[in-house]
Amino acid sequence: MRPEAGLSFAASFAPALLDPARHTPEIVTGPNGKAANRRYDVYRNNVTVSLIEALAAVYPAVQRITGPEFFRAMARFHVRNHPPASPLLFEYGRDFPEFIEAYEHAQDMPWLADVARIERAWLDAYHARDAAPLAPTRLSAIAPERLADAVFIPHPAMRIVRSPFAAVTIFAANRGDAPAERIDASAPEDALITRPELDVAVRHLPAGGAVFASCLAAGRPLGEAAVSALDASPEFDIASNIAGLIAAGAFISLAAGDT
Amino acid sequence: MNTVISPTRPPAMPLRFPTPIGGVAGTSFKPQHLSDILEAGPRRGFFEVHAENYMGDGGPPHRALEAIRRDHPLSLHGVCMSIGGPRPLDKAHLARFRALVARYQPALVSEHLAWSTHETSFFNDLLPLPYTDATLACVCDHIDQVQEAIRRPLLLENPSTYVAFRESTMRETEFIRAIAERTGCGLLLDVNNVFVSATNQGTSALDYLANFPLAHVQEIHLAGHAEQADDEGDLLLIDSHDGPVADAVWKLYEIVIRRRGAVPTLIEWDSRIPDWPVLQAEAAAAQAILDRHQSSGVAGERHAA
Repeated sequence: MRPEAGLSFAASFAPALLDPARHTPEIVTGPNGKAANRRYDVYRNNVTVSLIEALAAVYPAVQRITGPEFFRAMARFHVRNHPPASPLLFEYGRDFPEFIEAYEHAQDMPWLADVARIERAWLDAYHARDAAPLAPTRLSAIAPERLADAVFIPHPAMRIVRSPFAAVTIFAANRGDAPAERIDASAPEDALITRPELDVAVRHLPAGGAVFASCLAAGRPLGEAAVSALDASPEFDIASNIAGLIAAGAFISLAAGDT
Repeated sequence: MNTVISPTRPPAMPLRFPTPIGGVAGTSFKPQHLSDILEAGPRRGFFEVHAENYMGDGGPPHRALEAIRRDHPLSLHGVCMSIGGPRPLDKAHLARFRALVARYQPALVSEHLAWSTHETSFFNDLLPLPYTDATLACVCDHIDQVQEAIRRPLLLENPSTYVAFRESTMRETEFIRAIAERTGCGLLLDVNNVFVSATNQGTSALDYLANFPLAHVQEIHLAGHAEQADDEGDLLLIDSHDGPVADAVWKLYEIVIRRRGAVPTLIEWDSRIPDWPVLQAEAAAAQAILDRHQSSGVAGERHAA
């Protein structure tokens, strides 16, 4: 869309905000003929720094792992190439995990992107719509012969993140101030993220649990979900998994055929 | 005749004129202060929040705001509407803003004379605009849309600026006065912004205040600023909101209150946020000035401007 007459100032002012190679826009000046370079730089700095800080607020564990200097350099690169499209900063940085995955200087931390994915899911759970979780007694009220047809509605805050690395342990170790301990990063871990009330909880799902929970969240009946989970992992235990998901607040309701 | 005279669609939200809260001092609400605030119980004053921080669907932010709102008047301060930009307003963002106003029924609702979005990029800063007939018409149109959506007057805040535009044909005070007269909006006078901009533009803060339409002012902001240097090595002030209010700004504030009478006044502190008692002490200092002038304010001043 072409700006209307007299309204081209934003198109002239904006491009250099995130591009240090561009000059100060000609349309601005200092007072009484003074220069405007350092003056315009105030806006450049506000934009860049505030967006880096927005990413740091979404990804505190990633920043703790990399250290602030590494994080800010990585975030600056991302901010300049992918500025936010929404004024809601808690929505910013959805593509940051993919960016980390491809970031040349983070290649020796292959698990870092998955830690970021858990942090992104954590914040989505934090802001998700409030809903009362399913009461555990609802499941026991269903006749045993109907259990296989039971269909669950996921809680708005429920998220699953799967990782070929120990992303849950690394996430948990870096969201607080506890001193770092050695972690075997090579053990695959799947995360369940829920927020039944005010507090977001991140759990490590047992083998087959992520397949099972994903199937249920997609609306597939309990019996089918259990078969898929057993296919994925022969040691999968349906009773402890369903009880664990319900206790974590992963669902809000349950329907079993015509009951 | 087949002509159907259809009445205008009735507004889904009634027009609302909230009870004035009078000359009280408030503070920014920061979640880290929530337990201190609730523990101390209801207090005189009000709390201001950035609207965008409460535009999520649910979770702790809304619970905290509900708890604060239960006992205190609220001021909803929008930061990202991009009212000063040439682009049409973001309809989805306007709907979210309207929903917050409807849900929390704030005593004060404000936004900035600035822009923050261009094309598809959101820059997260309050960017400046030239003051011309064309930008004036555009800003007024945007304010009309906001006021129509929220069904009440908006308070518009004067910016802090670091540059001037070669194409500007009006002074900022003239521009803001014209907006208030054309749209019926109220004004949020940020006294720190007046001081910062006057220093940066080489003009006089007192002249600015003398030309500012004080009669339209319904809220005041006070905040701290930081010092840098411009290209010539002269002082350049940064609207940083990261410290106490400067002495010079307190002096200007008292001048404004003496002329305008007591109006709700906010201590804004958004970065390097101190413990709650420090923030509360700044608000108490503003309240002391307000209390000295509760009955003053030249009657003629309110209507002459």
